[in-house]
Amino acid sequence: MNRPNHAASDGRRRRNDWIFILSLLLVVSLAGLALFFLRGVGDTVIVTVDGVIYGTYPLDRDITVEIRTGDEEQNRNVLVIREGKARVEEATCPDGICAAHKPISREGESIVCLPHRVVITVHAENGDQEPDIIA
Amino acid sequence: MRHTSRKLAYLGLCTAVALILAYVEVLLPPLYSAVPGIKLGLSNIAIIFVLYRYGVRHAAVVSFVRIAVVSILFGNPMTFAYSAAGAALSLLVMAILRRMDVLSTVGVSVAGGVFHNVGQILMAMWLLGTAELGYYLIVLAITGTVSGIFVGLCGGMAVKRIPMRNI
Ligand SMILES: [Zn+2]
Repeated sequence: MNRPNHAASDGRRRRNDWIFILSLLLVVSLAGLALFFLRGVGDTVIVTVDGVIYGTYPLDRDITVEIRTGDEEQNRNVLVIREGKARVEEATCPDGICAAHKPISREGESIVCLPHRVVITVHAENGDQEPDIIA
Repeated sequence: MRHTSRKLAYLGLCTAVALILAYVEVLLPPLYSAVPGIKLGLSNIAIIFVLYRYGVRHAAVVSFVRIAVVSILFGNPMTFAYSAAGAALSLLVMAILRRMDVLSTVGVSVAGGVFHNVGQILMAMWLLGTAELGYYLIVLAITGTVSGIFVGLCGGMAVKRIPMRNI
């Protein structure tokens, strides 16, 4: 079946594709930039398991935490905080995605281990990141 | 009657192709593992083909069987929840856009890829009880767009080149 206007409408669709894709990328980049600049460096790492807080750790103190989860505590994620950044050094999860994640330090950044239902998020507990002159 | 069983056979074939593509993707994760959920979404090629050739209901069935089998073979109940949320939202958006007929398969597939990630992240926010996944969405929207272009080109070619009388 050859419609006479086939080629023309194909061209129009392709043009719309580009408009759609470029505006999508623009919006996403703007949102990304906004997220990046509006949110400063965090100071606290909060670990939740199944949405329940497992532990809270300051970013400025180097520490290694073994997060044990699961019915028989068989799941393991090793959280390492060093030089103001948090990362998962090793994990027993099947996908290993959390351990491959880059270190996080900015407010709102998180490392998620889906199989173990562990979320590690950076927060800014003490409000502003500006040095507190008054105190 | 003959027509129906023929169609059923072809839909089974499409499901098999979707599964093979999903398996190919399981074989090459290391490149994309920095953030959970970054995927090429190769099996969406088959879903797009079914959507354009047979309509949204058949595409939903193929998509569901694909996710169920992939979760049984390579995943767990959690994987199923994420994939199902992503696939359902993705297919819904693609079906609406297809009906509007303003984009080619490339644009439709990009929207499908991005909304697949949106669905997964919403499900993750709900299951993990956290709202702090905004960063992931940004990263996944960009990777979803890039892979969506590739998938849409392949899907479009399949729709155009596999003749109607054959399938
Ligand atoms: Zn993990």
